[in-house]
Amino acid sequence: MELEKIHYDNKIVKAFIIATIIFGIVGMTVGLLAAIQLFYPLANFDLQYTTFGRIRPLHTNAVIFAFVGNAMFAGIYYSLQRLLKTRMFNDSLSWIHFWGWQLIILAAAITLPLGLTTSKEYAELEWPIDIAIALIWVVFGINMIGTIIKRREQHMYVAIWFYIATFVTVAVLHIVNSFEMPVTFFKSYSWYAGVQDALVQWWYGHNAVAFFLTTPFLGIMYYFLPKAANRPVYSYRLSIIHFWSLIFIYIWAGPHHLLYTALPEWAQSLGVVFSIMLIAPSWGGMLNGLFTLRGAWDRVREDAVLKFMVVAVTAYGMATLEGPLLSLKNVNAITHYTDWIVAHVHVGGLGWNGFLIFGMIYWLIPRMWNTKLYSSKLANLHFWIGTLGIVFYALPMYIGGVVQSLMWKEFAADGFLKYQNFLETTTQILPMYMLRAVGGTLYLTGVLIMTYNLIKTAASGKFVANEEAEVAPLPKAIHDGGHWHSVLERKPILFTSLALVAILIGGIIEMVPTFLIKSNIPTIASVKPYTPLELHGRDIYIREGCVSCHSQMIRPFRSEVQRYDPKDGEYSKAGEYVYDHPFLWGSKRTGPDLHRTGGKYADSWHYRHMLTPGEVSTGSIMPAYPWLYEQQINKSITASMINAMRTIGVPYEAGYEDRANDDLEKQASRIAEGLQLEGLDTSSDAEIVALIAYLQRLGKDIKLEKVANNQ
Amino acid sequence: MYKNILQNIDHIAIWPVISFVIFFVFFIGLLVWVFTADKNFMNEMSQKPLHDGSELNSDTESLMQ
Repeated sequence: MELEKIHYDNKIVKAFIIATIIFGIVGMTVGLLAAIQLFYPLANFDLQYTTFGRIRPLHTNAVIFAFVGNAMFAGIYYSLQRLLKTRMFNDSLSWIHFWGWQLIILAAAITLPLGLTTSKEYAELEWPIDIAIALIWVVFGINMIGTIIKRREQHMYVAIWFYIATFVTVAVLHIVNSFEMPVTFFKSYSWYAGVQDALVQWWYGHNAVAFFLTTPFLGIMYYFLPKAANRPVYSYRLSIIHFWSLIFIYIWAGPHHLLYTALPEWAQSLGVVFSIMLIAPSWGGMLNGLFTLRGAWDRVREDAVLKFMVVAVTAYGMATLEGPLLSLKNVNAITHYTDWIVAHVHVGGLGWNGFLIFGMIYWLIPRMWNTKLYSSKLANLHFWIGTLGIVFYALPMYIGGVVQSLMWKEFAADGFLKYQNFLETTTQILPMYMLRAVGGTLYLTGVLIMTYNLIKTAASGKFVANEEAEVAPLPKAIHDGGHWHSVLERKPILFTSLALVAILIGGIIEMVPTFLIKSNIPTIASVKPYTPLELHGRDIYIREGCVSCHSQMIRPFRSEVQRYDPKDGEYSKAGEYVYDHPFLWGSKRTGPDLHRTGGKYADSWHYRHMLTPGEVSTGSIMPAYPWLYEQQINKSITASMINAMRTIGVPYEAGYEDRANDDLEKQASRIAEGLQLEGLDTSSDAEIVALIAYLQRLGKDIKLEKVANNQ
Repeated sequence: MYKNILQNIDHIAIWPVISFVIFFVFFIGLLVWVFTADKNFMNEMSQKPLHDGSELNSDTESLMQ
């Protein structure tokens, strides 16, 4: 057979690798800043653009979508061409994809510190950027499917299946979770409210971990691990089972983020069962990766690439055992809202994603520059310092999480909470926060060492922009027959459709009933829409990222109702959130839950607390918000806010948008006058007034019902 | 309006049963295929990453020494 000469495009891979490293350093540095802010509040710099609430989403978006995202594309563009023995479908599409993605990252880096956020975790970007993401993602998809169609290989290797599942599922997740009603060019409200919004968000959030951080990297593992070990994958059979069971099961597990919340019980149980089932495919995949090294373990001692990959696959195994265990309701009861979860995600992020990326890059750079790695010693140093970094990150967070959780739940002999002041439980674990920052510093140092090593490596070689390969053309005659699955592997479009069906079934079964069966969200007659001033306050709460540290979801535990609602003992009910676009349940309690905070403190307490938290609550690590006292409520958009809310189902009466500002001013004046009586001179237009109005409303409506019932 | 239509779907409880049946049949089919498939085919597939026709990559021994 005559061999064809083709050229693999290395230039696009190089671009994505450079972006990976730059954004890795940026994202981790921002993460380190956030870590320091948690024990040293002065590091918030009293500046709105650098407070924890805005820095935290910047960190998560940077490491997930910029660092891991760019690395994913580098790995896919490199392996796809070689597995299919063809250049990418279209070079222009490759570059539109690259630059489009970097522009989206730039937009995120500008808008998040400005406080332009939807507040939905890992989906914080506002609607115009959401649309850009969808468009660029489609460009990536066309380029990938196009490449698959013009391939010179009859069958698609398992890595490509993972890439296809990634493309299809992320598209579905992103579109469904981003349904929002624009208010202005940079402000929108989630289409869904309360429990439904929570379910959609965590269906998205969980599967973003599954299909952005996991499946593409399993594809990368199935390609680069055999390459680096110079051995075929341990069991191709196992990889097939791994793929189908993983994508079928993963999509169902989202509700495990909402255990003991106001989510209907059946949906919670569904999440638990599928989470436990996930152990099987995850561990099948991990073992398949590790067994690939059979007979090559001696090389793991020498070769930093293999070291990184072994630790990455091991971290994948640990995180995917820990995840299902955290999904058990009894374990979740003591781990949810704590730093345990932070440790869990960082074992996955630093260990699995980070180390696999480092292994891949150390393998790629010498080959793409046709040279040898500048220094194996430095690579090994990076490995050890990075591993230590993970240990120093994760262990303190595990300890801190358990300590704090047990303190939250401890009762004294008199039947009251032993640590009634939430702050005691926070200051107790500050040393752990400090150690965590040490871990982060070590990890980042390793990345800097890698960067130096790779620059030196590239300088010692010559970049091969178009790598020549000799490949056999695909014979036309063999397109028929064979077993059904091998037929499937030859038909990328059919394969893609089936993968889509697999993930849609889970999503639909999970969500449709909560949307449609009324009994899933019992209504509470006394729950009313927010006033215009409260709505503004809520938007400020969203802008400042309060949800990063404060939950609004009291679980039905004695320890929680006694802490957060000692008088009435009300835990949070589904019907209380029907006007919450978006929901603000939160996922971490660095500070106390706020769902029953309405009426708990005086307006003047909130006023002083937001200005100097450390003076009002000694030892508090909450940042100060001085700008809320200078900036004015943006009354010009009140009407648009009311209109948008009405469109998505909040029952403001017709024409109310015209009167809304009158109501707003009345309520604001009352609050400002009250503050003035206590000697706190404030303008009724100040943002702090709106925020106080919102906080004082929280969790009160349900009590009105009680009053009504008693009459 | 679409909500009202969907709300009145009869026997919505059968959805999970249907999805279970789809799962079950698919996985049994998958397992049967995986364990009866031709060994040579499996071997050939697992070799894919190792042969991509490029000289630079044909030496898959580590370049790290």
